[in-house]
This record gives sequence, structure tokens and C-alpha cells, in this order.
Amino acid sequence: MFQTSLKYPSIERFDEYFSTDLIVIDGRCHGVTAIEMRTGQVHLFRSKCVIIATGGAGRVFPFTTNGAIKTGDGMAMAYRAGVPLKDMEFVQYHPTGLPGTGILITEGSRGEGGILVNKDGYRYLQDYDLGPPDPWPRKKAMELGPRDRLSQAFWHEQKKGRTISTDYGDVVHLDLRQLGEAKINERLPMVRELSSSYIGVDPVYEPIPVRPVVHYTMGGIDTDVDAATSVEGLYAAGECACVSINGANRLGSNSLTELLVFGARAGRGAAKFAMCGVAETNDQQIQAAAQAAEDRILQLFRRTGGTESVSGLRRDMNDAMEAGAGIYRSEDTLQACTETLQQIRERYKDVLLTDKSNVFNTDLIGALELGSMIDVAAAMACSALQRKESRGSHQRLDHPERDDAAYLKHSLAHYSATGLPNIDYCGVMITRSQPAERVYGGAQE
Amino acid sequence: MSERVIELDILRYDPEQDEAPHFQTYTVPYRDDWVVLDAINYVKDELDCTLSYRWSCHMAVCGSCGMIVNGEPVLACHAFLRDYPQKIRIEPLQNFPVERDLVVVMDDFMDKLSSVKPYLVAREEKDVDDGEYLQTPAELAQFKQYTACINCLLCYSACPQYALTESFVGPAALALAHRYNLDSRDVGRSVREDVVASNSGIWECSFVGACSEVCPKTVDPAAAIQQTKIASTGDYFLKFLMPWKRQ
Repeated sequence: MFQTSLKYPSIERFDEYFSTDLIVIDGRCHGVTAIEMRTGQVHLFRSKCVIIATGGAGRVFPFTTNGAIKTGDGMAMAYRAGVPLKDMEFVQYHPTGLPGTGILITEGSRGEGGILVNKDGYRYLQDYDLGPPDPWPRKKAMELGPRDRLSQAFWHEQKKGRTISTDYGDVVHLDLRQLGEAKINERLPMVRELSSSYIGVDPVYEPIPVRPVVHYTMGGIDTDVDAATSVEGLYAAGECACVSINGANRLGSNSLTELLVFGARAGRGAAKFAMCGVAETNDQQIQAAAQAAEDRILQLFRRTGGTESVSGLRRDMNDAMEAGAGIYRSEDTLQACTETLQQIRERYKDVLLTDKSNVFNTDLIGALELGSMIDVAAAMACSALQRKESRGSHQRLDHPERDDAAYLKHSLAHYSATGLPNIDYCGVMITRSQPAERVYGGAQE
Repeated sequence: MSERVIELDILRYDPEQDEAPHFQTYTVPYRDDWVVLDAINYVKDELDCTLSYRWSCHMAVCGSCGMIVNGEPVLACHAFLRDYPQKIRIEPLQNFPVERDLVVVMDDFMDKLSSVKPYLVAREEKDVDDGEYLQTPAELAQFKQYTACINCLLCYSACPQYALTESFVGPAALALAHRYNLDSRDVGRSVREDVVASNSGIWECSFVGACSEVCPKTVDPAAAIQQTKIASTGDYFLKFLMPWKRQ
């Protein structure tokens, strides 16, 4: 797609410009400010509309398949500008990540016939309403069950002491050996390569150690079906957005559909908006907003002293999220998590910026990313605290049942200067697919 | 947990502070399964937060952490410490200007990539509603290998010809041109020929093959360039034999 974009000379790219703030005045978006990483200069991009396409926020957690840049900056920008973040309590754990790196071992490895076993070689999924193992394979059963259920089953196995302990935490085994070398080479060459090089395990001869890993943010910037937000001229599409096609647990490959459909809708919507007579803007107000954004960055950049390191704060935030808002949550863990996040927010005011160069200053960018992550993490933890039920990827030990009467609705986290969002809810649009009990394994018949 | 330590000599350069690049040494405790990038991240997080470098995916897909480790261009996320001696030297990719520390300026490559039109030039543009441009698995197999390029620039860093002649279009861009030329849905070969078969194109390549040796995705740009030379030579003679035939 990147290469195809080169076909259109009208697309002007600004590579390695790091967006920091949306310019929003009276409920309308007038552009963004961004740091040009090569020079450190802050630029104002004035525009009639803006589309946010910044992806997810997996880096809020310590163990994730997401790349280093997936720090939720677009979400945080919209959130701070007054757009609510919707359904942020729904964070997907993929059941099969490589220990240590979090590299994803594709769902295809189970689709092709890989099995999950515990330390006794037992296909433990049958103990969690996903069995019986035979007949095999069959839809929505055992290893072909959904990601949330498989990750939750791991958690229970771990509690029972039936997982395998390693230097990188507990694991179970994903066994592909029965597929044979030829099929693995043909269908899963990337799995073989990744597993062999990164953990020294050749799946042709040995089972792959895996553990659940944060993979996808179902929630995001609240948009309608045209990818428009509540701020006029501001659109969002992809993982950073929440148009609500993924509910509480995304199914494999739906993110691509989401990109194609809502990326196109965002583009068309934004183009239409830009072309049909946008009202006059007050230039002074726009300049002042951009100046305020620049001042905030310069203040961070120029500050001296400080006792908190970016990496130390990030680690503490990561640990708080895993401990409090992981696969299973409860009132206590979420309360503790939000309190820790508030402390981290305070400590962030004392962050130490050592790098004073204007050129490719990743110390500064890292600090800004951390600021975004603290905001996004608080939206996740507070939304999870308020949802006193279990649904999809959001599992509460203290409220194990789904409660449609009270919670068949979307959460909306609104930014507040305290750092703790105000949470309210909006209705779910239900059309053809009616809510029903989720049934897997033999119980389907 | 391993108690072993590794010494990294990392090239540092801040154009605002330094007259010339210099090396700085860091001692890093490491684990056997670490890659070079893990050690560099340790430096960034624990020892020196002023170090600048690019990285994101940590699984040899995004192509952003290319650098020179002990003289060889590699992806830092796919270079395993177990394969190196106890002391390693880390430098930015060669043949590109250094922007800061391990970060190079990629503008020249981006221009060259654009110049070969690395996208489908279809016989006639179809509307989305008119459906896909279809292709058989056999037709896909013709060029699939060349689609694996992640634009990591290791091949430019390794290429002796690019080092000598900056105008050389270079391995990755020429391999991508070849990828589209081989694509059954594409008719853009004659328009790419202006760049590909120019003095700065395929004929600059002296077939050293260093590009293919360092390619982390086994794209084999050297083979792509030699195949293009053959096809282009054919075109040249056909012009005399069948002057009426436009490629």
C-alpha cells in the first residue's frame, strides 16, 4: 500500500513528523501540531479536516505483540481534545505469543491443526467448556475456540500450577509436530522461522512455548459509521478508532476489514466535509492554540532536573496494567491500578529529560509517548472498574456473569484534568445479529 | 539468568554538539537469546537515554533497525548476541549521511524508490466496483520472492557500486521494479525502462552480489538485476529486428 501511495503525486508525506496536538476550537478541528524529528521544529498543519490513523495502544502493557510505536498517541490526542474513548476496557490477549519478545505465533498454526497442551501434555482446553477434543477438528471447539476464551483458560491453568515455568514467565506448549515438516514449511514457514531464531525451538521437532500476549485494543476514539467523531472535521479509522464492529472481542482478520471499509469511509467523509464550504475560522485563535501546544513541548524539552526516568515510569505503568487490568480483573486490582496510575501521573511531572538535542530526539518523543500512554491506561482501567460484569475480553472475578440488563452498552471515557476520566454510556445499535449466549465445543450441538 | 556481559562500542554523533562522530562504550548484562536490539534498548533504558536509533517491530518485519554490527549490515532485531564475540561495534548504515547516532538520512532511497514506479501500472485503470485484477498462483509465483522487500536499506549499505556512484538506482529499487515488471497484471515495463535501463540503472551493477548476501528477507536483488539485464538486452535487439513492435 505504501508503494501504491507513491503513484499519487498529490499525496505529500511528512515522514517522521510526530503529531502532538489537535487544534480544536469551538468543537471544530483546524489541524494538528507536529514535531519534525530531523530538526526538532514544531509545525502547525492547518487543515479543514484531520483523519487519525495511528493504530492501537498495546505498549501500555509490558508484554505485547505491538511494535514500539503503538503507544496510543492518536487516541490520547483525540481524548484530550474532548472526544470520548469508547469501550477501552476491552483489550484482547492473543493466546499464543513467544515468551520474552511477545512475537505473535499466528492463529493459523491452530487453524492448521496445532494443539495446546499443559505441562502434563494434556489438552487442557477441554476443561473450560471448549471440549470434548473429538471429533477433531471442528469449528468453535478446543484450539479453534475464540482468543479470549483460550487466554482465560491459560490463566486458570496457571492458577492450578499446570503451566510450565520459564525465565520469561509461565507458558504452555503449542504442538505442531503432528503436522509434519512439509506442511509446516508450506503453510507456516514464518512460524518455523520466528520460533527457531527467537527461542531456538524448531516446531518440526519440539512444541513451541507460548503465553497470552496483549494484541489488540478493541476500544478507541468514538466514531460513527462514517468514521466521524464528535469534533467537526475530525475522523478516525482503524485500531485507534472504535466504530464498534469488534464488540468486546475482535475475531481474527476483522481488523483488516475494518481498515478497508472505515478507512475508505473516513477518506470520503473527510473529503466531502472539506469540499462543502467550511465556515470562516479565527486565525488568531488557531495560532494561539498552536502556540500553546508548542509551549507545552518546549517546556518538557527545556526542563532541567527531574528525578523520574521515562523508562522507569513506563515500566511501572506497564506493571500496574498487567497486575490490575490483565486477563482477569476485579474491583481491588483495578482500584489499585488506577491509584498507581495517578501516582505515575504525578511522578511524570518530575520526569527527567537528558537529551537536549533538536535532532532526532527520541528521549523527548519517548516522554511524549509516555504521556499519551498514561492517559490511555487511565481510560482503560477506569472503564474496566466501572463495568461490573464479564463480557468478552473484559473478565471480572468479582462479577463473572454477563449482565445485559445493566451493561449491554458502550462505555465512554471523557478526559478530565484530574487524569481520572468521567465514564458514561451510550446504547448499542443492534441490527441483524442478536445477542445470544456464547457456546463452544460439544455444547453447540 | 545469565551473568554474562557484552561490550558495545556505539557510534555517537549529534550534529549540534559534535564535530565528528566518535565511539562510546557501554557494558551490558545480557541473556543468550537476546538480539543486538535488546542490548541497545538496555543502553537506552538503563544507561544513556540520549542514544538515538530507529526500531519498532522487533521481528524483522518493519525494516527500521538496520545498522552495521561488526562491519556487517544487519537488522539489529535479527542479529543474535550469541553469534558475536564479547565486544561488538555498532555503527549507522554505510553509504547514507548520518542524521544522528545510528539514524541515517534516507531521502536518496525514497527518491529512487519513487523513480522506478513501484506500483501496478495496469493496462486500464479499473474502478473498485469492477472487481479485482485477477492472477493465478503460478503467475504470482513468478515474482512473489521480490515482494518480500521491507525497504530496510541493508542492500544499499552493502553495495560497493552505490558507495562509488551515488546516482546508482540501487538493489532494492531495481528489485522492486523487476517485481512489477514480472507481474502479469502490469504493463509498466517500458515506462520503468527509462530509469531501470538508464546509465544509473542495472548497467551500473557489477554483480558483486553483496546485496543478496545481506538481505534479511532473501529477496535476492542481485538475481533480479541480472534477470532485468537479460530482458533489457532482449528489448534492445528486438528494436532492430522488429522496429514496429513497441514493448
